[in-house]
Amino acid sequence: MTATLEATAPADTKPRMIFGAEAALQALDAAMGEDPTVLLFGEDLADREGGGVMGASKGLSTKYGDLRVRSTPISEQAIMGAAVGAAIAGMRPVAEIMLMNFLTVCMDQIVNHAAKIRFMSGGQTSCPLTIRTMTGVGAGLGGQHSDMLEAWFAHVPGLKVVVPSNHADWTGLLHESIMDDNPVLFVESTLMMRAKGAAAPIGHRLPLGKANVARTGSDVSVIGYGRPINDALAIAEKLSGEGVSVEVIDLRTVAPWDKEAVLTSVAKTGRAVIVHEAVRNFGCGGEIAATIGEELFGQLKAPIRRVGSRNTPVPVSPVLEKAFAWSQSDIEAAIRSTLN
Amino acid sequence: MTSPRTSNAPDGDTLVEIYRRAQLIRHCGEQFLKTIRAGRIQAPYYSPRGQEVLAAATMVTLAADDYVVTIYRGLHDQLAKGVPLKELWAEYAGKASGSCKGKGGPMHITHPASGVVVTTGVVGSGIPIANGLALASQVNGDGKIALTSFGDGATNIGAFHEALNLASVWKLPVIFLCQNNLYAEHTSFANGTGCENIAMRAASYGMPGVQVNGNDAVAMYRAAADAVARARAGEGPTLIEARTFRFEGHILGDDSHYIPKEEMAAAIAADPVPALRRQIVAAGYATDEALDAIEDRIVADVAEALAYAIAEPYPDVAELGRDVLDVEIVP
Ligand SMILES: Cc1ncc(C[n+]2csc(CCOP(=O)(O)OP(=O)(O)O)c2C)c(N)n1
Ligand SMILES: [Mg+2]
Repeated sequence: MTATLEATAPADTKPRMIFGAEAALQALDAAMGEDPTVLLFGEDLADREGGGVMGASKGLSTKYGDLRVRSTPISEQAIMGAAVGAAIAGMRPVAEIMLMNFLTVCMDQIVNHAAKIRFMSGGQTSCPLTIRTMTGVGAGLGGQHSDMLEAWFAHVPGLKVVVPSNHADWTGLLHESIMDDNPVLFVESTLMMRAKGAAAPIGHRLPLGKANVARTGSDVSVIGYGRPINDALAIAEKLSGEGVSVEVIDLRTVAPWDKEAVLTSVAKTGRAVIVHEAVRNFGCGGEIAATIGEELFGQLKAPIRRVGSRNTPVPVSPVLEKAFAWSQSDIEAAIRSTLN
Repeated sequence: MTSPRTSNAPDGDTLVEIYRRAQLIRHCGEQFLKTIRAGRIQAPYYSPRGQEVLAAATMVTLAADDYVVTIYRGLHDQLAKGVPLKELWAEYAGKASGSCKGKGGPMHITHPASGVVVTTGVVGSGIPIANGLALASQVNGDGKIALTSFGDGATNIGAFHEALNLASVWKLPVIFLCQNNLYAEHTSFANGTGCENIAMRAASYGMPGVQVNGNDAVAMYRAAADAVARARAGEGPTLIEARTFRFEGHILGDDSHYIPKEEMAAAIAADPVPALRRQIVAAGYATDEALDAIEDRIVADVAEALAYAIAEPYPDVAELGRDVLDVEIVP
């Protein structure tokens, strides 16, 4: 699987099927072409080093030059610090931290600097940077290469967190993230990198902070983001055969999340199931559930259910990995429990 | 480890300007101490007393729009780079008219118009950020350079090493200024640092490392000017280790009990601010009367800034929801 800088099919024809890396590449290319202040850096991402471990930046250093697209040493603090500084100086850097677990080694720059620079300077400076990172269970990569840590970052005021659930959204949301005037953590799925999906039309951009009603329904709302949205859609389709009408809300942006869309949906259905890939304990689902409880207590027809992965490090053995991860049957069981 | 000094010594007017800035720092710091001790302002205070000449002689070598990234002990760098007194004082006091609207405080003084774009309270964290500022200049070709100032203790943090390496690989127009005051909180340089001096650390990253007496205005000026010239010429980064000392402990309330009495006494006896004054007068660059007039002006300016900071209103609570993101939020 390698990404290439091919032209994307126009919107009126059948969408091209592309790998996830290409969904990212399409947005990076568009943003760089549109705005000369967009810079890219991270490990191995220039063409000399192969254009990124997933090929998500293939061709960009050749097209936009070595000043704007740079491979870095393995120095996450230096990468993130450079992104913060460049952003303060008016650039739109996109820093790639290869895997989400490696964000732990540059948390200081993200949490103490990128997130707070605007506030602590009284708005004199800002940090319009994007952090691209990759993670997810299912690739057999184990405890240090698979964690979904988005809740940590969603808990930090000043950061935006985006987790796309499909390839077209990936392109549209990444492009928007780069052009956003706030620091954005953009979480990509390792598994989706290696899977094909429908490409976005050229110039596709999706607003941050706005959820997508991926399927409309009237009996129960399933709310989530990232890969499990696809499982929720599959279960919704299955249950429709039994006359159960499931609405699926894809948040797209985890922070700030689209409260209004969620509350509107749950006010209509009276039932809520929240699903994410991250471990359930202290996950973003807790915040969403609490908000629904606070705002719609009297209108709920059933307890709110949460689906997530188990409370353990990500295991490697396929048997354990499967037992660890959220599943379609977890989602189905949660939905059914709200209907009883 | 030194590299050849090529810059000229500062002329008389420049030395007088260095003295003016050093004296401004000294007096302003004195007034902060008094005001905070008296409970009129509540703020943590990391005194730069003893390090004034170092900052003043360095900052005169920079252009107004060059970037400076400094630390909690940053009053000297900020004033030497030109942060205006009133905004600075009001920010220490947490007032709405502070440079950061009272949201940053002494540890996060920011004033882009004078080039001070980051002040950080996390040891070592400003160093990689300076690279990013320098990177932006390199991409823009605007000729600006970045200087990041930090202590001896900060050179034991990973970020320092990552940042120096990256700056060298990318030949960034950045200056790493280590103000080695021989203590990191209560830990002496010898007890916390495994090498003989900081300048030698530059060798690991393939950049010049220069050791200089930071309290000597002429030597400091020349070392800084050399690094500025290198950065502007696109020749890459420089590490400067400027030896100095701090007279008033790590933070207000610290009695320096961990510093041998003789060491402190010797440092104070060699106080760089009056030493520079004597040097200027002896060389005939300015008369005592002229320097007194400069000091009178400083005293008046600081008094005015202090009164302003006390009188100004606190921010409206609505400020809480502003500047978290680019749009106002409900906090
Ligand atoms: C990452 C981090 N660790 C610890 C501290 C607490 N701390 C604040 S200043 C300081 C000493 C730093 O010494 P040095 O770098 O020599 O600078 P100086 O204070 O002497 O100017 C320490 C340990 C901190 N602010 N940040
Ligand atoms: Mg020190």
